[in-house]
Amino acid sequence: MSFTSLHFKKSYKEELFFIENRTQWLLLGVLILGLIFFPFFSTPFLLDLANQVFLALIGAIALMMLTGYAGQISLGHAGLIAAGAFTTAILFKEIRAPFWITLPASGLVGGILGFIFGLPSLRLKGLYLALSTLSLHFIVNYIGAEYETQRGFATGVVIEPPVLFSIIIEDPRAWYFLLLFFDVILIIFLINLLRSRTGRAWMAVRDRDIAAEALGIKLSSYKLSAFVTSSTITSIGGCLFAYYRGFVSAEAYSLFLTIEYIAMIIIGGIGSILGTIFGTIFVVLLPYVIEIMTKIFHFSPRITTFMFSINHIIFGLIMIIFLVFEPQGLVGIWSRIKNYFILWPFKYKISGIE
Amino acid sequence: MQNIANLIVLSSLYSLIGCGYVFIYRSSRILNLAHGEFMALGGYFLFTISINLFSAPVPSFILSFIFSTLLGFVVYYILMRYMAGESIFAAVLVTIALGILLRGIITLTWTSQLWYPLKYLDIQNISHQIIKGAVISTFGIVKIGSAIFIYLAIFLCLKFTKWGQRMRAVGEKPLLASQRGIELHKYYALSWGISAFTGGLAGMIQACDSGLDPGMSVVGLKTFPVVLVGGLDSFIGVIPGAFTVALAEIITINYISPQASDVAPFFVLLLMLLIRPWGLFGVKEELERV
Repeated sequence: MSFTSLHFKKSYKEELFFIENRTQWLLLGVLILGLIFFPFFSTPFLLDLANQVFLALIGAIALMMLTGYAGQISLGHAGLIAAGAFTTAILFKEIRAPFWITLPASGLVGGILGFIFGLPSLRLKGLYLALSTLSLHFIVNYIGAEYETQRGFATGVVIEPPVLFSIIIEDPRAWYFLLLFFDVILIIFLINLLRSRTGRAWMAVRDRDIAAEALGIKLSSYKLSAFVTSSTITSIGGCLFAYYRGFVSAEAYSLFLTIEYIAMIIIGGIGSILGTIFGTIFVVLLPYVIEIMTKIFHFSPRITTFMFSINHIIFGLIMIIFLVFEPQGLVGIWSRIKNYFILWPFKYKISGIE
Repeated sequence: MQNIANLIVLSSLYSLIGCGYVFIYRSSRILNLAHGEFMALGGYFLFTISINLFSAPVPSFILSFIFSTLLGFVVYYILMRYMAGESIFAAVLVTIALGILLRGIITLTWTSQLWYPLKYLDIQNISHQIIKGAVISTFGIVKIGSAIFIYLAIFLCLKFTKWGQRMRAVGEKPLLASQRGIELHKYYALSWGISAFTGGLAGMIQACDSGLDPGMSVVGLKTFPVVLVGGLDSFIGVIPGAFTVALAEIITINYISPQASDVAPFFVLLLMLLIRPWGLFGVKEELERV
């Protein structure tokens, strides 16, 4: 994905800057101010939506790290989120562990699971890996459901809101800032990681593993590190998910959740952080948009009973449309629009840009 | 004895479903993750036809066969055809999206209620006592019979008929096959059609045997381990694969817990991936090794 930019770099030092020109500084400033003041001017419903986007973004970025940058396919994302959520639930119920124990513990469990189920990736690639992670999903969900039935939480485990520095995080605004903090840290971490040796090695493995190996990149360790990093982050996301919902139940982590996460990175555009953010917002808001649409067009009230299936259908359709017609996702559309305005009044493409 | 009978019935069901995966994988190297939905749709076709059109079993079964096969062709021509030449990952993702789409359509049209298509057909699902201590339902026998029939048919067709040979050629080297004048799209579509047909057949029999609800597509997912144990590109391998997975499942039902039986196939899958990832009968070179 290449963006046209009016800015030309004049020294090697400039290559390292996050932010290249004054417009970007300005936009960043507006964004920061907007994000800070958003919770004070928004309705509770919008705030909840924002929190959901932030929550989903953690998992989506982890999946993008694995699929978009390291080129490994995973169908076990919901399983890893469930692993984090159940670690939190079990630690909370059994030893009433506080937030600062459950969070790293979830990450640890996710990392270990990522290591175990990433092991087949050392010998295999492609579809086989997807199957190994699919089995991870079913096994983790089974263990979680078994815990629920054995301990008598048949309908699910209730978790109390976390306490951080003696503040109970229950208010949606507190959640907003906590999740925003996690997301910002995660995005900065990923951007820096991608510029480092590890990130570049991942991308080399993704683009052509044989060539990468010939360049001296140790495939096994980089593939495994991608798996472990991604699973750790996903499980931490699962832990936050559990606290935010206040409730953990195996039914919430169905295969559909995995598909939603995959949809986020596809719709956004594989291999782009901005795309992940677009895709996450799109996927999280989609059911609400559909609901509003049905209200506007006054379909019969009976339609609410079919909401679930309609969501599935529209979801599948949108995924197919993006995969077939716009494999670069929303970010591809975005860059085309941007290029159009930058190149205006000329229309020709710069070589190398699709 | 009852366990052995169950084992045989379950493994013939799995091999019926599994050959659908192998058909598509062999011809185009795509793993069709919507196969479970194809299967459920087969059952729903039978159900709808038996309610609205015929109550006699033979015409309603034949009509649902035709619909199932058409489903495969339609899916290929309006969707999968455009994925030719794209990465396999993208094609597999399209099948996932298709699965979600079909599941939405299924729950929208038929709701998620449990239906019994058998009520509207003139057949009884009686239990037969074959040997002392082993009871098999009528449709259990149908499962075994149709699995044997389908496998014989596949074997004979692929080996001796013209289109069978062409299909193998397309699977082995698409480029060479197309240069020899074989229409790739036609044979890919044919493999999708046959795959949807076998999936639909399995779905219909399963629906007659134990009722019909959208959860049936999970049975399709549970068949992955079967195909993988046998080797993704091997028809012969599906049979021992189905046997292994069914055995693991029945042992877990009896000795551990019924809930654990849903994950037992995936344990088998994981073991197989670690020990012999190309499967019992798969071609080793097929595997994209690191």
